[in-house]
Amino acid sequence: MNPNSGTLPFAREYSRRQFGQAAAGILLFFSMNPGTVLGQIAPGKLPVDLETNKRLDSWLRISANGTVEVFTGKVECGQGNITALAQITAEELDVEFGRIRMRPADTSHSPDESYTAGSASIEVGGSALRYAAADARVSLLEMAAAKMRVPIDSLTVNDGVISSSAGVGRVTYWELASEGILARDARRDVPLKTNSNRHIVGTSVPRLDIPTKVTGGEAFVQDIRLPGMLFGRVVRPPSYGAQLAAFDDTSAKATPGVVAVVRDGRFLGVVARREEQAIAARAALQRAAVWTMPAELPDEARIADFFRNSTDAQVMTVSSRSSGAAAPTAARSLKATYSKPYLAHASIGPSCAVAAVENGVLTIWSHTQGPYPLRTDIAAAVGLSLDKVHIVHAQGSGCYGHNGADDVALDAALLSRAVGGAPVKVQWMRDDEFAWEPFGAAMSIDMQASVAADGSIVDWQYDFWTNSFVMRPGLPGGVNLLAAWHLAQPFQHAPPGEIPLPSGGGDRNAVPYYDFPSQRITEHFLPTMPVRVSSLRSLGAFGNVFAIESFMDELAESAGADPVEYRLRHLTDDRAKAVIRSVAERANWRSGAKGDGTRGRGISFVRYETTKTYVALIADILVDRESSTIRVERIAAAADAGLIVTPDGISNQLEGAIIQGVSWALKEMVRFDRKRVTSRDWASYPILTFPELPEIDIVLLDHPELPPLGAGEAALPPVPAAIANAFFNATGKRLRDLPFDRDRVRAALT
Amino acid sequence: MPETFRINVNGAERVVTAEGDTPFLYVLRNDLGLNGPKFGCGLAQCGACTAIVDGEATRTCVFPLSAVGNASVVTLEGLGTVEKPHALQRAFIAEQAAQCGYCINGMIMTAKAFLDRNQHPTSVEIRQALAQNLCRCGTHWRIIRAVQSVAKGI
Repeated sequence: MNPNSGTLPFAREYSRRQFGQAAAGILLFFSMNPGTVLGQIAPGKLPVDLETNKRLDSWLRISANGTVEVFTGKVECGQGNITALAQITAEELDVEFGRIRMRPADTSHSPDESYTAGSASIEVGGSALRYAAADARVSLLEMAAAKMRVPIDSLTVNDGVISSSAGVGRVTYWELASEGILARDARRDVPLKTNSNRHIVGTSVPRLDIPTKVTGGEAFVQDIRLPGMLFGRVVRPPSYGAQLAAFDDTSAKATPGVVAVVRDGRFLGVVARREEQAIAARAALQRAAVWTMPAELPDEARIADFFRNSTDAQVMTVSSRSSGAAAPTAARSLKATYSKPYLAHASIGPSCAVAAVENGVLTIWSHTQGPYPLRTDIAAAVGLSLDKVHIVHAQGSGCYGHNGADDVALDAALLSRAVGGAPVKVQWMRDDEFAWEPFGAAMSIDMQASVAADGSIVDWQYDFWTNSFVMRPGLPGGVNLLAAWHLAQPFQHAPPGEIPLPSGGGDRNAVPYYDFPSQRITEHFLPTMPVRVSSLRSLGAFGNVFAIESFMDELAESAGADPVEYRLRHLTDDRAKAVIRSVAERANWRSGAKGDGTRGRGISFVRYETTKTYVALIADILVDRESSTIRVERIAAAADAGLIVTPDGISNQLEGAIIQGVSWALKEMVRFDRKRVTSRDWASYPILTFPELPEIDIVLLDHPELPPLGAGEAALPPVPAAIANAFFNATGKRLRDLPFDRDRVRAALT
Repeated sequence: MPETFRINVNGAERVVTAEGDTPFLYVLRNDLGLNGPKFGCGLAQCGACTAIVDGEATRTCVFPLSAVGNASVVTLEGLGTVEKPHALQRAFIAEQAAQCGYCINGMIMTAKAFLDRNQHPTSVEIRQALAQNLCRCGTHWRIIRAVQSVAKGI
């Protein structure tokens, strides 16, 4: 790597030392997404999150009043995971659902489950809770057996009431609760409930949080009001590399209600008694700050060239397999290049936090996805020890990954500190969120395949170029919080890294789920980041699956094969075949059916992260040649997520992911000029609206005998290829660059 | 200079003292302690801040306090409660028509004003009525079903 190549704002913030470290080998974050599957715990092992948080009473407290408090380190981002975790706990403990009280993650007592990310709440968080509940249940039975002087296997439980088949009496969990039996570490090899005994898991329990949300209850961090609370706003630089040339805070200070105007390096903020006063003072400060803005960004239309011309790419083999001597002979080969742009999380509610200092302890209410990792970086940024920083989770607007949630937590902390620790609520303005959130990285992808005379793939070569998808707080080697980089004594961000497979980061789903005799998948990891990047729902899978599933279609076409049959031919996993067959049947797929120039249909498939939920989609589209636009009329989906904990919850997630995927595919691209991000509101970053909705039809293939699989992100990656393949079916033209907006459609058709 | 305004919100007279050009959203949230209307963009682009002002679905983030006058204002809280939800709120719960729920205030309030004028809308008309309300989670169909179920008197 060339340490002098950093002509771009994020690259410039590296020290040579960090470059040296990264050059020695890309940083892999092994703790990002530990994969333990619910119900599949190896003998002698505990679920990963229970292994790291062994105390049972850190997960569960059984109260004499007949309720069960559940502590989870996972957080609700609108995906319904907290309700599903409550179901899992009630089921395993043998108590009715209504007895469960879910407590929000809080670093003063919750188990540390790192981030809520990667569709892992149920697989990982659910696994730990289920096991802890099973252990608690056995402990309660053991105690009951001793009290009743009966064998433990003569006992049954119904809603916390333990009865003996010998009829010698009964005792309840609530009577046994006070005896501190959960004040110990979890045991290994505790038996779990079998699926035939379930009556809560597998049912569509209504979400716990929805009634409050639809009636205006206190549901969000934005709704927190503390006595004496002030309102803060930040004034960000106009661009990543902008430097403050002149600064006059006279008019901001003169704004009615202003309590403080803060400047620390390039970090500017205001605190006022009323929210609109803080907003007015922000505007005054924006007018009075003079910035120099370097022309530092690459041409947004030539990101692929920028990536490929980079001199500091780290080239890594993601997967390599060779067919050996018995290789079928390649008859011909095919090549294609695909791309995806930088994409925004674009949360509807800008990020928000409340911070206050009391008795030397900084408390922050935050909609972070990782309360403990956030605590680590906040402590570093404000110079406090971990025990003096307390993070309490409160829900925010849906985040879909790493948005501004963590950054605004530090903003609130800095502004609270500027007013003597008084409670300060900070919400970003719309342009703060768009211009400064970390985007999902752009990708450029080269595909090449060799096929035998019968069209079957004998060799698959895949090269992709991308930035990191992992720049969250709590990672080693820096502080990943925006304001920390702008202070007079700035912190550096952690060096960008990757997540090991099978989860993967940029390489998530880069390894095709198809079985090819020979393949080589190569990542060109670009530590130089022209714009700020981090985790966006499905990480690299969105670009990778777009390319793989589009190219499978191109190969099928060149082989004269039906796209459904061609995919089935290259798969060995029966569950994968089942979702493809199921969606084909549901959508009444007819082999060889051609579009008519305006209408077409396309199929796409993924097994998310190659270990999680299987999804196959068929998109029906209408091409309006007059306006050069695509209307997605209908998407049929089949999904196999193993055991389904909450059927309606999983449907909600799949529907949402499909709609978001259509929005990304048709409309979305972060815009920037040579100086600054220019996507700053909903007009400059449009998303899908109600009139543009496709109909959605979902088939769930339930497997109650199997472990549940992460599903929240799984339906997103296959969306763009299904649309692009439908476009080809309709028009005979390929769309290989996202998004499929008017310009791209027009270019493809002419 | 701050002025004192007497306004009618959710059937009660409320007295607030603030600058007349204060966006009504902040009065509703911070002076009256209401959580329903949300800050989304401050630009009248997303609809999260919607309240009903004299029957009109109104983007309170760009609606000044001084413009409220004698109008009757209804917010999400004014429709119903968890114990006694309004038909629309009940429908949103029945359809599980939320993921994060941040946009839902705007969906329900816009739908309320719309249904008060058009009691038997088609699905297309509902989509049109909500065309200027943004949802990022992709909960759109559930929202449409919830609104439609109220229109059908379910």
